Amino acid sequence: MEKRKKLPPFKILSTTAILGYGFPLSSFKKGLSKKPDLIAADAGSTDPGPYYLGSGKSFTNRTAVKRDLRLMIKAGVEGHIPVVIGSAGGSGARPHLDWCLEIVREIALEEKLHFKLGIVQADVKKEIVLKALKEGKISPLSFVPPLTRKVVEESENIVAQMGVEPFIRLLKAGAEVIVAGRSYDPAVFAALPIWRGYNPGLALHLGKILECAAIAATPGSGSDCAFGTLQEDSFILEALSAERKFTPESAAAHTLYEKSDPYHLPGPGGSLDLTGCKFEDIGQGRVRVTGSKFVPSDGYWLKLEGVRLAGYRSISVAGVRDPIMIEKIDEILQAVEVRVRDILGKDSKGSRLYFHVYGKNGVMGELEPVKKTKSHELGIVIEVIGPTQVEADAVLALTRSVLLHYGYEGRIATAGNLAFPFSPSDVTMGKVYEFSIYHLMEVSDPAFFPVRIEKL
Amino acid sequence: MKNKPKKSIMKAARVIRSKNSGPYELTLDIMFKERRGYELFKKKKLITARQIAALYGVDKSDVLKIIYFEPSQAIKITLRRKVPSGTPGDTDIYGAQQHAPLLNIKF
Repeated sequence: MEKRKKLPPFKILSTTAILGYGFPLSSFKKGLSKKPDLIAADAGSTDPGPYYLGSGKSFTNRTAVKRDLRLMIKAGVEGHIPVVIGSAGGSGARPHLDWCLEIVREIALEEKLHFKLGIVQADVKKEIVLKALKEGKISPLSFVPPLTRKVVEESENIVAQMGVEPFIRLLKAGAEVIVAGRSYDPAVFAALPIWRGYNPGLALHLGKILECAAIAATPGSGSDCAFGTLQEDSFILEALSAERKFTPESAAAHTLYEKSDPYHLPGPGGSLDLTGCKFEDIGQGRVRVTGSKFVPSDGYWLKLEGVRLAGYRSISVAGVRDPIMIEKIDEILQAVEVRVRDILGKDSKGSRLYFHVYGKNGVMGELEPVKKTKSHELGIVIEVIGPTQVEADAVLALTRSVLLHYGYEGRIATAGNLAFPFSPSDVTMGKVYEFSIYHLMEVSDPAFFPVRIEKL
Repeated sequence: MKNKPKKSIMKAARVIRSKNSGPYELTLDIMFKERRGYELFKKKKLITARQIAALYGVDKSDVLKIIYFEPSQAIKITLRRKVPSGTPGDTDIYGAQQHAPLLNIKF
């Protein structure tokens, strides 16, 4: 590393794995007593599936998010510690960001707090994506189909995972609390120290671990704080409750989680290279990490996420206990679909029908290596995805009734084939989304996300 | 008999799990109890793309990579998801229950 004036330890309090998952007050207070330079939390994930990005709803609970934010903002503003939140509202598009900002404004009002609120939007206009597509600046990730104009036009709520640059811009402008749309998870932790001159490789790797808070400790927890201290040549991890600690194994194992390659972790503008990384036990439940490197990429690439409407879903849940029926379940279900399609004709044409047969292959579907079930009972979820709710409801209702009374060969239980646990048996589930954009886009300005400051 | 009877991977592994790595990939982790077990699997190449493809009934080209991760004495295998997370026809949004075929590995 080049010579410059020595940097003091930079201390980060990560409150919880996902904003709204909660944290014990005792851990939070212990973290504050260590005088952190930054309080941060990541609020997002694509894990709960495409619905949340598409619908504009948060997968976390409002009351829970408000509880976490209140503690963080109050401590931050009163103690002059910056508070940084990324991927607001879970998916980080405009409706999610607005949802989170409304909570922040309520807290400011209720707690009589005044501060500069920094806001970053992560939405990417379709025109920008289409222009990039035309210029060859879009590249699919592994197993993702190449992007087309049609897919972009069908997509809703396109966001990009921002890097540290928009956060740094707001911190420079004096923001005390920052709430950002979709963000690269480590960015909320790494932006301030990178701005202050710390090694980006170490800062981002520390952020990568802290974004899951105490999940990387042992025993792991998504609802407890973690504390990181960044130094010139290393960082130190520690837990904040007596029941857990960091070990070299727990910290290293976390690097595996939800990633396809634990040595090379790509992000905005480059990737983390952990091939030379060392995890070392330094006692008292603390781990020191050295050797994390940031390797800038050729051009600055952002990850885009977008979803499109796939239709409308209706489901029905039922059980089967008859051994003769269980033996023939595949052919029965096939015959039922044929009958339904025959009866409805063109009215079922746009609808997709799925039988999730629990006790057989409901969990793994096609990947299930066990082809013959040994179960004495089966759970069946009949699922229909139609082009409209009306069509989905119609196909589901008919499928349910045909299956209930279907006279398969060898049947001796002639009163009904299904045990329904509920009345009504059919549930209208509403809109179904699917991921449509999961691509990289090259941008010329890493801070191209619109930022603004609001005085509360 | 020349060959000793084979043991279940569960004798050597501490963690066997699956999870999404983004909506299009499924990633499988095998973490070993001891360095010895990890080294044995690594040296003898006991995990291969062909074997994983056979266990899951998928094409070999659906196995993206197999990586040996020293700091955790772990093997990571990444597969293409048959259906992206949440797309109609998916059965496991988080991909958290797709590990069971690995439990049949013997060594």
